[in-house]
Amino acid sequence: MSLGHANLSQLAQLQARVRWTWLEVVFWLAAFASFFFLPKHHLILNEIAILALFALSLDFVLGYAGIVSLGHAAFFGFGAYSAGLFAKHINADPLTGLAVAGVMSTLLGFATSFLVLRGTDLTRLMVTLGVALVLGEVANSWSSLTGGADGLQGITMQSLLGVYAFDIRGKTAFGYSLVTLFILFLLARFITNSPFGYSVKAIRDNRLRASAVGIPVNARLVAMYTLAAGYAGIAGGLLAQTTQFVSVDVLEFHRSADLMLVLIIGGTGYLYGGIIGAVIFKLLQDFIAQITPQYWQFWIGLILVIFVLVGRERITGGIGAIFRRIGGRS
Amino acid sequence: MTLALETFGISKSFGGIIATNDVSIKIERGARHALIGPNGAGKTTLINLLTGIISPSGGRIQLNSEDITQLSSEARVKRGLARTFQINQLFPAMTPLEALMLVISERQKLGWKWFMPASSNSNVLTEALEIASNLRLGDVLNETTSSLPYGKQRQLEIALAIACRPKVLLLDEPAAGVPESERDDLLSTISELPKDVTVVLVEHDMDIVFRFADRITVLVNGGLFAEGTPKEMAADPRVKAVYLGENHGENVDHG
Repeated sequence: MSLGHANLSQLAQLQARVRWTWLEVVFWLAAFASFFFLPKHHLILNEIAILALFALSLDFVLGYAGIVSLGHAAFFGFGAYSAGLFAKHINADPLTGLAVAGVMSTLLGFATSFLVLRGTDLTRLMVTLGVALVLGEVANSWSSLTGGADGLQGITMQSLLGVYAFDIRGKTAFGYSLVTLFILFLLARFITNSPFGYSVKAIRDNRLRASAVGIPVNARLVAMYTLAAGYAGIAGGLLAQTTQFVSVDVLEFHRSADLMLVLIIGGTGYLYGGIIGAVIFKLLQDFIAQITPQYWQFWIGLILVIFVLVGRERITGGIGAIFRRIGGRS
Repeated sequence: MTLALETFGISKSFGGIIATNDVSIKIERGARHALIGPNGAGKTTLINLLTGIISPSGGRIQLNSEDITQLSSEARVKRGLARTFQINQLFPAMTPLEALMLVISERQKLGWKWFMPASSNSNVLTEALEIASNLRLGDVLNETTSSLPYGKQRQLEIALAIACRPKVLLLDEPAAGVPESERDDLLSTISELPKDVTVVLVEHDMDIVFRFADRITVLVNGGLFAEGTPKEMAADPRVKAVYLGENHGENVDHG
């Protein structure tokens, strides 16, 4: 079938949504520029990149599939322990270990995805929270494997690609995390613009109608949840490898809760929310911790309350809304 | 007589309330079959049973001689049973074009494709544009669904069902709430539906029913009350008494 003139213009309008906007290009150029121009801040930048990837993963679940989760740390922590244990006992090559972390969390995600298919938002919150609590307690109690409360120690990573050794100032670490984040972001961008991505958004927006037009709702949600778990596992793996340490903290409730906060700050459903949220959250945390090391959680809590009361749009309006408008995605 | 859709003693109760009571109906292929009845007669419940949104307490459903009673909604759509909803069930954040392409992609088994933009398939696009222009949506293709006038949303409601390329199409009060000025478009849309598509129409508006249907089933209190041609139903004193009301004869004459 050949496309007529009118059809071509419709096609152009549709494809405009997929094309990169200049703002996106600037965003990523700035991200990569930070690697070269902010060498003193590589450690916190590494933390930001990892948190951003983790938040991107929750955005799949929350922003795209519409599933609320208070236990996303389960996959992050599972990936972190997988990467840590793999490096310690089997093979210390970073890329192999990262793949292992991703695969292990993907499997865990698939196994637990069936728990979030039914029920209300409240039951999903409880179920996801429960899964994370169970894993946290297992990691805490099984100290012969995980090191328990002392954490998993004695991880020594090989050089990345056999060339770049992990240094104490975090240069290799940040480069590694940033490139990983970028590649997985590209993949996410493809996925969310694909027919599969549209079908998941359709389920989020109207599950009843989605099934009434023939979309296999449960199978799609399982796929998206599983994918998100894999992303979270890779984020956890990055943390384990770049810090060469895993503490039970990776599975704790505050990780899941902070992550929700990151997405509340950055916004959901347009992919950049997690990254922008991670930057703001970490900088804020760092800034407040420098002023009042003991009470930073008080200020984070207060800021959260203000955020919700005043409305995110008005605060991050300058950044998030522009991205959303230019990205044109929902 | 080839049957497109058939139910055998289908029932549904919610707690103590019997919403559908032992309903057996036969709908011929290519029919324009209206389902009428007073409020609470169980029309929408029956549609929900037919499409698999709820499962029956008893009885069986056959689509083109295949038992579909146990199948999911999605599986029924794949076998050619599509519906519209009494209250719009749309994808508010998408444009009509995106929503149509979504449905067509799904039907063409592209729904699992994740490494190509949804907009890249020109067959899907061509078909979406064709349906959109048939359904009078050509001028609003790239507007956000939630911003469309109600009449256009109603058209889109039908367009999404048509995009499933159904063999049997269930329309649940398609004209409900459509303002007078946008009504003609909608009625034309219904009368222009392809002849080989079997249409089951739930409707309160008797003008539409008598203008459109070649067969009418009357439901009362969840049960089958009467069935026949529009003429027979209009003449049936029992139907008049329970449903059509005393002054209905006039409407029939006009219709």
